[in-house]
Amino acid sequence: MKIHLPNSAFLGNIDPFLKALDTSDPKKLEITANKNWISIHPMVLSMVAAIGITITDPSKITCEKLEATSKHYLKRMGLFDFLRIDSDIRITEHEPAGRFIPLTQIKDSISLTKFITEMTPLLHLDPKHAGPIKYIVSELVRNVLEHSSSQYGAILSAQYYKESNIIRIGVADTGVGIKRTIGHSYQVSTDLEAIRLALMPGITGTTRREGGTEFNAGAGLFFIKSIASVNHNFFVIYSGDAMYKLLKRTTREPKLYADPFRDRHSTNDRLPHWNGTVVGIDISLDATQEFSTLLDLIRKIYVEAVKERKEAKYKKAKFI
Amino acid sequence: MIHIHLFPKTGSFAENKDIARDIRIHSIIPALENNQEVILDFEKIDSVTQSFVHALISDLIRKYGSDVLDRINFKSCNESIQKIINIVIDYMQASA
Repeated sequence: MKIHLPNSAFLGNIDPFLKALDTSDPKKLEITANKNWISIHPMVLSMVAAIGITITDPSKITCEKLEATSKHYLKRMGLFDFLRIDSDIRITEHEPAGRFIPLTQIKDSISLTKFITEMTPLLHLDPKHAGPIKYIVSELVRNVLEHSSSQYGAILSAQYYKESNIIRIGVADTGVGIKRTIGHSYQVSTDLEAIRLALMPGITGTTRREGGTEFNAGAGLFFIKSIASVNHNFFVIYSGDAMYKLLKRTTREPKLYADPFRDRHSTNDRLPHWNGTVVGIDISLDATQEFSTLLDLIRKIYVEAVKERKEAKYKKAKFI
Repeated sequence: MIHIHLFPKTGSFAENKDIARDIRIHSIIPALENNQEVILDFEKIDSVTQSFVHALISDLIRKYGSDVLDRINFKSCNESIQKIINIVIDYMQASA
């Protein structure tokens, strides 16, 4: 695996970074970086760390000596600890807490609950903003724990950006990927088709039955996409060869769709193959709609989607 | 009637589905089987996930039908929690 950390890779311009990944040799990791500046979304960091921990022999991980001044950011986020590399970078802890969540590996349900409890003070969030962020982290990481079958669990990181007043979150796993998970219940031939289904409310890989199982409703990703959509934010999901990107909504009135392809979006189904799933999301704290308003929208579309699917299965009269 | 206080088990953010399932199997179902009514008390809980509520009650609606909702009382729910509970209930009834 070869990864180049570019000068800029955020959700809006993540495509070149993903296209440039070289995933041909998963047993080693070579990291190169832009010489002048490295400014990357936590999704990118989580991906690098997620690959790093799968490589048991640290000598198979190489990272060129970083020259960019922003290399301290990578150190502070804990990347070199995950890669087991001595970066020679020393940082002074000016801010004891900071407004970021360093790279964190979560492998079980109890650790996730503990992590969420401790997370809010790290980001200095007020309750209005803490709610949606905790919601997103819980649902994304539980998806990994329940569906990815990865022994390494979920790798998560987040960062608050003062200038834009946005919290950016990235969660990566190196599990079986969405196509295989959804494929347990639905026939899917491509990764993009699987991603599309996974984003629809009420679709889960655990059953085809409407209403889900006693443990899975198939609504987690739909809720998360909805939070991004109503707040005019990006949301990216990448699994296998495909990526779906929710683009910022241009209309004033929030409108949710059960089918993610009806949202303003872009896709790419010819990316280097990622074994597992990666999700990146931005949450603008300026625009955070009241969570309660969002729930009204979700309630409407969620039930409509079930009714539409049921009606689609109705027997039709044969008129001869 | 049994009164189940969720906060001691879930904390202020109820998101752990394993705990939800545990409450359903070990507290709610035995009470319903004994023809008791159930109070699910959300006092001190600020927020819940849809997944948590689904794991807590969806199987009750599937198993006993929507009439089971006449025997379950949701207490001290803030506006968002009420909405999430309603989403799950609507969804399960639409799916029936």
